[in-house]
Amino acid sequence: MIHSLFLINHSGDIFLEKHWKSVISRSVCDYFFEVKEKAVDPENVPPVLQTPHHYLISIYRGKLFFLSVVQTEVPPLFVIEFLHRVADTFQDYFGECSEGVIKDNLVTVYELLEEMLDNGFPLATESNVLKEMIRPPNILRSVVNTLTGGSNVGDTLPTGQLSNVPWRRAGVKYTNNEAYFDVVEEIDAILDKSGTTVFAEIQGVVEACVRLTGMPDLTLSFMNPRLLDDMSFHPCVRFKRWESERVLSFIPPDGNFTLMTYHVSSQNLVAIPVYVKQNINFFETGSCGRLDITIGPKQNMGKTVEGLMVTIHMPKVVLSANLTATQGNYTYDLTTKVLVWDIGKLNPQKLPNLRGSLSMQAGAPKPEENPSLNIDLKIQQLAISGLKVSRLDMYGEKYKPFKGVKYLTKAGKFQVRT
Amino acid sequence: MSTGALYNDQGGAEAAVEAGQESTPTSSGSGAAFGLFSADFKKNEDLKEMLESSKESLKLEAMKRIVGLIAKGKNASELFPAVVKNVASKNIELKKLVYVYLVRYAEEQQDLALLSISTFQRALKDPNQFIRASALRVLSSIRVPIIVPIMMLAIKEAAADLSPYVRKTSAHAIQKLFSLDADQKEQLIEVIEKLLKDKSTLVAGSVVMAFEEVCPDRIDLIHKNYRKLCNLLVDVEEWGQVVIISMLTRYARTQFTSPWKEGAMFDENNEKAFYESDSEEKKGHTEEKPYIMDPDHRLLLRNTKPLLQSRNTAVVMSVAQLYWHLAPKHEVSIVTKSLVRLLRSHREVQYIVLQNIATMSIQRKGMFEPFMKSFYVRSTDATHIKTLKLEILTNLANEANISTILREFQTYVKSQDKAFAAATIQAIGRCATNISEVTDTCLNGLVLLLSNRDETVVAESVVVIKKLLQTQPTQHSEIIKHMAKLFDNITVPMARASILWLIGEYCERVPKIAPDVLRKMAKSFTAEEDIVKLQTVNLAAKLYLTNSKQTKLLTQYILNLGKYDQNYDIRDRTRFIRQLIVPSEKSGALNKYARRILLAPKPAPVLESSFKDRDRFQLGTLSHSLNSKATGYQELSDWPAVAPDQSVRNVEIIEAVKEWTPTVGKTKQPKSDDKFYSDDEDEKEEEGSDSSGSEDSSSSSSEGLFMYFTMQMFSSCLAAKYHFPRQPCLYQPSMVAVQVILSNSSDHSLEEIHIGDRSPASLSIHCFNTIERLEPEASVTVSMGIDFSDSTQAANFQLCTKEDQFSVSIQPAVGELLMPSSMTEQDFCKEQGKLQGMNETSATITMETANASSQAISKQVLSVANVGVVSSSQNNFSRFAGRTVSSGALVLVSLELKESSTALLTINTEKTVMASMLLRDIKQALTQA
Repeated sequence: MIHSLFLINHSGDIFLEKHWKSVISRSVCDYFFEVKEKAVDPENVPPVLQTPHHYLISIYRGKLFFLSVVQTEVPPLFVIEFLHRVADTFQDYFGECSEGVIKDNLVTVYELLEEMLDNGFPLATESNVLKEMIRPPNILRSVVNTLTGGSNVGDTLPTGQLSNVPWRRAGVKYTNNEAYFDVVEEIDAILDKSGTTVFAEIQGVVEACVRLTGMPDLTLSFMNPRLLDDMSFHPCVRFKRWESERVLSFIPPDGNFTLMTYHVSSQNLVAIPVYVKQNINFFETGSCGRLDITIGPKQNMGKTVEGLMVTIHMPKVVLSANLTATQGNYTYDLTTKVLVWDIGKLNPQKLPNLRGSLSMQAGAPKPEENPSLNIDLKIQQLAISGLKVSRLDMYGEKYKPFKGVKYLTKAGKFQVRT
Repeated sequence: MSTGALYNDQGGAEAAVEAGQESTPTSSGSGAAFGLFSADFKKNEDLKEMLESSKESLKLEAMKRIVGLIAKGKNASELFPAVVKNVASKNIELKKLVYVYLVRYAEEQQDLALLSISTFQRALKDPNQFIRASALRVLSSIRVPIIVPIMMLAIKEAAADLSPYVRKTSAHAIQKLFSLDADQKEQLIEVIEKLLKDKSTLVAGSVVMAFEEVCPDRIDLIHKNYRKLCNLLVDVEEWGQVVIISMLTRYARTQFTSPWKEGAMFDENNEKAFYESDSEEKKGHTEEKPYIMDPDHRLLLRNTKPLLQSRNTAVVMSVAQLYWHLAPKHEVSIVTKSLVRLLRSHREVQYIVLQNIATMSIQRKGMFEPFMKSFYVRSTDATHIKTLKLEILTNLANEANISTILREFQTYVKSQDKAFAAATIQAIGRCATNISEVTDTCLNGLVLLLSNRDETVVAESVVVIKKLLQTQPTQHSEIIKHMAKLFDNITVPMARASILWLIGEYCERVPKIAPDVLRKMAKSFTAEEDIVKLQTVNLAAKLYLTNSKQTKLLTQYILNLGKYDQNYDIRDRTRFIRQLIVPSEKSGALNKYARRILLAPKPAPVLESSFKDRDRFQLGTLSHSLNSKATGYQELSDWPAVAPDQSVRNVEIIEAVKEWTPTVGKTKQPKSDDKFYSDDEDEKEEEGSDSSGSEDSSSSSSEGLFMYFTMQMFSSCLAAKYHFPRQPCLYQPSMVAVQVILSNSSDHSLEEIHIGDRSPASLSIHCFNTIERLEPEASVTVSMGIDFSDSTQAANFQLCTKEDQFSVSIQPAVGELLMPSSMTEQDFCKEQGKLQGMNETSATITMETANASSQAISKQVLSVANVGVVSSSQNNFSRFAGRTVSSGALVLVSLELKESSTALLTINTEKTVMASMLLRDIKQALTQA
């Protein structure tokens, strides 16, 4: 299936290669570079490419290209999903997935890649199983290792791969047993010029951080599971229980994981927490423009809107911005033409406002389209859909775990057209 | 240079010596290359030394650096001999790194690689399954043709291994061997056939992968395993699911009849049902539908459906394509939501999913129409995502939603991403041709765009307008005039060519403007692009035919220019046109038809989706994504007209069928061990509640654990063996039952065997009845009861025959002084709570790995002590309860498993002496293999 993997950095250097079958020369990447040159923006490189003898399937993550070489028919999503899993694993092991970190941990990376695929077919992709075989680096261990000549390869053989619950390692032990769940909802919305909602939906995810001793069996139930329209689960969730009783019953992996993602039925009206009054004008003469944006609270369920931020991709002709903000501060990046207004907390008594003039390249025609505004915001302790966890029960273990649920609403792809 | 620097900071003392040499080459290109080479050479010397040192840490360091070289794509092949020596190292990390090296370079150094083979062959026999598996993995990854027979043998053996993990590895090895030597195909198919029968979820995905690679056409191998694969599917790991689903899709298309002909089937239906009623396969899937689906077909659809909720996007996509290709039309729409969900995922995932939705939405608008807004474009999307969304929106457009879509398109046209704006214009054009109600609106909108400042937008508009006008040219001379006016400002060749073509085609509608445009073109002809030149020639020819008075000279001028053009196409075209339109003696009969040839009414182009013909590929495949057939693409066959024999899938053992019968609520489900979804916890609880069950199991399990001790051999050759049958003593409850086998190994018969004096005198023994006579070679079993008073003190007595008497001593093991006691977990904990402090004895023990499972623990404990198992709801706790035979004091044994096979063994009882002895015995049993 997957023949080889090349890791390529932003400037087009191949800094790691791994082959699971016979070696393929790195010159195969030249086809990719050709397309990359043309695409200008790395985001625009098509993920699937055809070359005379190979097929190239790539993903772009953290300013890196993960380029895999495939020789025969294979579902492209299979490869893409796997590559993302590789990137996730790096993230999990090293805290970030960047060129520097991969170069620093080259041997661990190589060992990981070796375990994750056998002859191009995924072998061990569960983080818990991998961690049993190859320990993630930490400072203390690396010091100890250099002194004692120890290794970061686990000396016990991985039993997780054999068990019924491959995602959980055996013999987990904690002094403080705790299970935290974060219900995070994102509002995806497009608002038009007049502020009416063109499109809005809520996507939610239940992230879990479970540190429990032994083999706990958890049951998580919601007050209003009917809200959920479509969902996907971590493999640990017993689907039959969900179908029949609408509860999440599972033996959790150890550590952080995504328990489920869901979509709130589109029939429900989506509450939009803020309104935006905006006025962006470019004048035909004088090569300048005006900008005036005010943001106010709308349906925020009585909670404070925090972390408010407006990002605008200005047209190329806008040279500089001379604005005043009543709250927060703004920056305008001259090279990328991105205007960022970081507001912070929304004060309903004194609405934040940003106004001033934009100066444009002399002689250039006025831009056709006004740039759209991307809004970022956060509301703590609120799931905007109204979803609530009712209880968490644990079976199979004697101790009393510490339990907690946190709610958070964020703006997802929240766009205001102007 | 960079490599040199890198070596320096890792190299330690040895490297420092060479630092001078390494840092020198900096100047010229060739010099640097040479320097690099020599540095490499030197460096490797150093690595070799490290590898040959006796220090493990140095070797490891060296291997790490070598792997670093491999990762960077540098050549480290000359180190092969030094590396291969370490293949049998004890250090696991070192060994793993050597494996990495070996797999990378064995192909290049085949002879040397053979040195390592024996190590792997030895490891293949290792008692540890992981070592066997990893040996097979590396052995099969070494691409050396000479070892093919060895690999073949290893694969065959591993395929029959007890461990499913090793069998999984052997399935992987099959593909490797096949790619190394395709001649082994027949033998490998045999192994595949065997592994396909495997019931382990671990093996299923890998063996199907091997099947797909080695013999995808041997569909007959699947028949018997079809139902099993369907049933295992949910529990197979996610990557295996993808492979199995795509294989089953192909399988189903060859084995079942089409579920799609519902309407047409109405007449045949009665007939068909009539036939079917006779067949035994009909199992109640008749339902209300006229078409009768094969139950196996239904089984596949039902068992894949839950996987739509998988977190793995590849799994969701493969189920979606399965439904698309196999499900009845009205059921396909259940995949919609899940596909739309995938659009929230990574950019690359979106790309593939949108491609598939684009193909689906051409055939089935209704499926995605309710989700139209999910395809609205955001300014932050990548260009190829935007175009795909646009494609889908266009496919979804109908009379009802066109106004919404057009309004949305208006926003897109203004986009700063001009390539996208151009694509939008094309989309508008398509909507306009598909939905006649909006053609005029669209056309007007497009004409407005002609005054757009951006050139690509204008050009695209011109091209689209041209196509639209062709459909209804009569009422649009105004637009053509407008475009002719714009002509001077448009520089994009395609747009200019389009306008020229339009003017030429409808030159009779714009008689005044056309010659003028030609005049301008004659002026700029040489500077135009080829495509524009061609259209200029065309325009000239058409005008010559319709309006030769005004344009004759101009035409000749243009034809002359064209005659000497650099491009041969244009020279050709010019020559052709000249012969066609200018009458001369040489020109033949065609001349007469020139007008009819050039000014023939042309059919309007159909604006079609670029995804129109993609449905010839199976959805979700690479071929579909590329829109061209990829190597190894398996064509999806058409439904057979008549279903092949259904009984081929029947399996003699019907247990597989049992598994999927829907069960209600919490009833016990008979499922195999390696299934996660089987609720084994439930089963245990139920077992605990009916105590008879647990008693049965404990007594039956101790059945085979009789203790035999050969006692004494008498001079007269009376031999006696005794054992503890672990049954309650019939004579008196406080006694321990002992069975004695007396055998006469002498040559004369023995008479009057009985028990004589005993000591201590207080010892109460229930004697067996005197045996009158025991013939030579004969033996007899007698039972007796002894009250040991809960001590392990030996019971001494005399065994008498007619002539002789012998003293016998029976010393019981402490565990035999107990009787199993059945109690629930709660009672156990309650009782344990009462027996704390002095009465508790505990020790931490390290168990043999083979004993680490709870079954093994029970077995070992029961072999030592006659106690009962207390069913436990916690996996890491094993509890046993018993009472002493004489006094009936409780003895509670509990074992708490900790990590890495250590456990805390606790015994609670009033009889502290017994406790410590029991502790010692159990500990001994568990720490030994």
